[in-house]
Amino acid sequence: MKHIAIIGNGIAGITAARHIRKLSNYKITIISAESKYFFSRTALMYVYMGHMKFEHTQPYENWFWEKNNIALKEGFVTKVDTDKNTLVFKDGSTLSYDNLIIASGSKPNKFGWPGQDLKGVQGLYSKQDLELLEVNAPNNKACKKAIIVGGGLIGIELAEMLRTREIPVTFLVRDKDFWGSVLPSGDANLISKHIKTHHIDLRLETELKEIIGDENGRVKSVITSKGEEIECNLVGLTAGVSPAVAFLKNSSIETGKGVKVNKYLETNIPNVYAIGDCAQQLEPTGLRNPVEAVWYTGRMMGEVVAQTICGNKTAYNPGVWFNSAKFFDIEYQTYGWVWAKPKDYEAHFSWEVPNGEKRITLAYHKNTNAILGVNTFGIRLNHKTFDSWISEEKNIDYVIEHLEKANFDPEFYHSHFSAIKKAFKEQLKTDKNCI
Amino acid sequence: MNTTVQRNMSLAGEPPVALNFLQKLAVIVGMFGLGVLLLAIFNVNFPNKTLWLTLSLSSLIFGVLLFSYGAYNNKHAGIKNDAVWFKSISSRGFLAWLLGIALTGFYIVLYFYPQYLGLRTEGSNVGLIGLFDPLSTLLSGNPASQWFVYGTLYTVAILAFGIKFLWKYRHNRYEVLRTISVMFFQLSFAFIIPELMARLNNSEAYNIPYYDLKNIWPLSYYNFDQYRVDGFISSGDIGLALLIFGIVSILIITPILTYFYGKRWYCSWVCGCGGLAETSGDSFRHLSDKSLKAWKIERWLVHSVLVFSVLMTVAVVHSYLNYDASKYWLNKDAFLISVAVFLGVLFAVIWYFKRDELQKDAQYGAIGYLGIILGLIAIHYFSGSNIFIFNPETLRKTYSFFIGSIFSGVIGTGFYPILGNRVWCRFGCPMAAILGLQQRLFSKFRITTNGGQCISCGNCSTYCEMGIDVRAYAQKGENIIRASCVGCGICSAVCPRGVLKLENESPKGRINSDAVLLGNDVDLLDLIKQNK
Repeated sequence: MKHIAIIGNGIAGITAARHIRKLSNYKITIISAESKYFFSRTALMYVYMGHMKFEHTQPYENWFWEKNNIALKEGFVTKVDTDKNTLVFKDGSTLSYDNLIIASGSKPNKFGWPGQDLKGVQGLYSKQDLELLEVNAPNNKACKKAIIVGGGLIGIELAEMLRTREIPVTFLVRDKDFWGSVLPSGDANLISKHIKTHHIDLRLETELKEIIGDENGRVKSVITSKGEEIECNLVGLTAGVSPAVAFLKNSSIETGKGVKVNKYLETNIPNVYAIGDCAQQLEPTGLRNPVEAVWYTGRMMGEVVAQTICGNKTAYNPGVWFNSAKFFDIEYQTYGWVWAKPKDYEAHFSWEVPNGEKRITLAYHKNTNAILGVNTFGIRLNHKTFDSWISEEKNIDYVIEHLEKANFDPEFYHSHFSAIKKAFKEQLKTDKNCI
Repeated sequence: MNTTVQRNMSLAGEPPVALNFLQKLAVIVGMFGLGVLLLAIFNVNFPNKTLWLTLSLSSLIFGVLLFSYGAYNNKHAGIKNDAVWFKSISSRGFLAWLLGIALTGFYIVLYFYPQYLGLRTEGSNVGLIGLFDPLSTLLSGNPASQWFVYGTLYTVAILAFGIKFLWKYRHNRYEVLRTISVMFFQLSFAFIIPELMARLNNSEAYNIPYYDLKNIWPLSYYNFDQYRVDGFISSGDIGLALLIFGIVSILIITPILTYFYGKRWYCSWVCGCGGLAETSGDSFRHLSDKSLKAWKIERWLVHSVLVFSVLMTVAVVHSYLNYDASKYWLNKDAFLISVAVFLGVLFAVIWYFKRDELQKDAQYGAIGYLGIILGLIAIHYFSGSNIFIFNPETLRKTYSFFIGSIFSGVIGTGFYPILGNRVWCRFGCPMAAILGLQQRLFSKFRITTNGGQCISCGNCSTYCEMGIDVRAYAQKGENIIRASCVGCGICSAVCPRGVLKLENESPKGRINSDAVLLGNDVDLLDLIKQNK
């Protein structure tokens, strides 16, 4: 019987395994060096914050794998021998496969900062990182000050985590506003303001220059691009992630930034596939990145590769872009594309609750008026509705008029849609006056 | 891995586990209120009962409010679950066990040894119950009983912790309105109205039993006991109206409201048990067991209790019918036949319309239970014996002891800090079983998932007080339609990605168990079907 080996038990690898099991009775082995059982990486923050215990991050009970005849192997793959279809593990043992799925995920970026390997300097990605954080920052006596480097989603999560233990946080962000490379300035500004209300020392347009250690090789302070030295006990490096593909360097599998794959998630070796964070699309879909390190893209690639492996060759063809996050208390959802620097054909309309922490930004085409995307903060919107509006290129007027159809806020919430409609009409008037 | 270990061995606690100054002060104030009650139990005779009772109850309320102020005042509106699994009280630690034992002990004394609380059948009450005499006299004109003491403390708990909950979830209007609703129904329907109604009984014409109008049979398993029915019937139009209301509640009002809103209209908006669980029990909601095994136990247990309660009630009603045939137009035979026909028709309707939605074990269970009930009724009917297989009084006493006292009180509430706040509602409440059956099969209510946004974090499952593995549905894009869901809305509140929404929409397409998550332009559903 065909043996499918999967390197990595994150959402991509696990989804592939589950769907292969649904479709076939192939032998399946999932390999992980991080944890025996699948857990939700996105939930690690809640373990540190005390909202959940680690076991709660595991979406399936432990009996699930044996019942579904999916073998779990703990081990670190050091070598992939594609000629012999064999994996070699750190402990010297081997495993042969018929099909190999690489779903090895990401690792935190380190950009060669001086002192980046000192004790007390860490990223936040893996279960081991979380355990390390408990050692480095168990409370505000052991960790009197933390510096976070990199204004992205992991950085703000780490800030929120540390604040629950009342650890003072200084947050170094390169852009003019938090996540300013992704969010239009008005949106980014709302989040920046919110971050400050949580007593974060937010340093915008400031980068890390150097990390200084003490005589024990522990971090003592950092020096910023503005020349300031800040004492600290923890440095969180959260300047993005990149594919964890170092173990493939000496194999014949082609890698660039990640493992290079075609539309069918096939690598240059016929029986080897790559999915999730570690895959690099040779022909990315639409405006998407070649490397997508998002929860749901991992899941979708897993679904697709399972089809291909089970005899129904299927291309990875993600639909309208979407994503979500939570910045402290502000929920964020996005559907379609709203660019931080609008494309030349792109117009934005924004509306914000006065003194509230709710905001919506809609992007539409200047000439055709077709809806391109939406960013929403503190207002929940329906994925299905926006997915169809965007793919059907609905007119912005239509979207604004029917916005309440896309409402996904809990019952009894104050509706802002009539205010949004009014504001949009007023903006149209002023636009016309300008012309 | 245990990430909750406090590595510095400090016992003082650290933020956010440690209490701040206001909270410490609040604990002292609350303890004073509790201390007065304790002293009363040990028969300290307070000179001015009205004053001391007022002092005690206000200290309790003020203590809870001050504690909440200390906890939430400096925090943003938003989810407040920091350190829930680090705190001893909310993570089955030492304090949780201490509280569990204290509560359990209180329930045992309350149910079985009220004399230790100072209840006296002759002469005036002493001790704790005596302390409540002035308040009881003020409301109903009668001296207090252990149930009055319990009812007062219960109401105080729902009000005080209700305000705490309102503060905690002030950003969420669904939670705010729902909590105001349970506070209102407890204070008025469960507490003040029945006490005032008791004043009617001062007149010879009235003999109305204590009636909490929102406490519907079979939750109030005793509602059709002989003494109550006699009381209703002998109390003129008001009494008769109350009796009819009791029957209409379960046969007409409940099905209509549950069809439109799901069982939440009752379980998390009106019910007293639910009210206590949602307010005082809120700090323990995450302790419910989410395993598949627990779900299996839940289904068998809660439906067995329902069958037990139906049998018991039929037997009890049957036992007192007929002894005065002229008084009740309904005689034993007519009653049994109508019950059998009703249950038979109900079963046939479910079977005809919804058979496909029942799991195999549910089908077996349904057939089995119907067989038992109809069999027993038939045996009686054809044998013509006076005894309903079991002695109805024994049945009633057994039910009252095991279900009414031990399950709902001692375990249901006493074990809040260990098993979670909805043990009774989930595993034992026959009313919840009926509503759940209907919610699953004939209702517009569902929890919708938002396309492909779920990140499987598990907050929803962790904070589901009913032990529903919400994430298991959300991460597949399925709607959540579970018999046990009480619609508290917390899963939707704690979701960091805005994935869950409680809704009453058209029943069509409500159950979408073959849903495929949105986002992939490949029609995965077709592919899966093709490949099967």
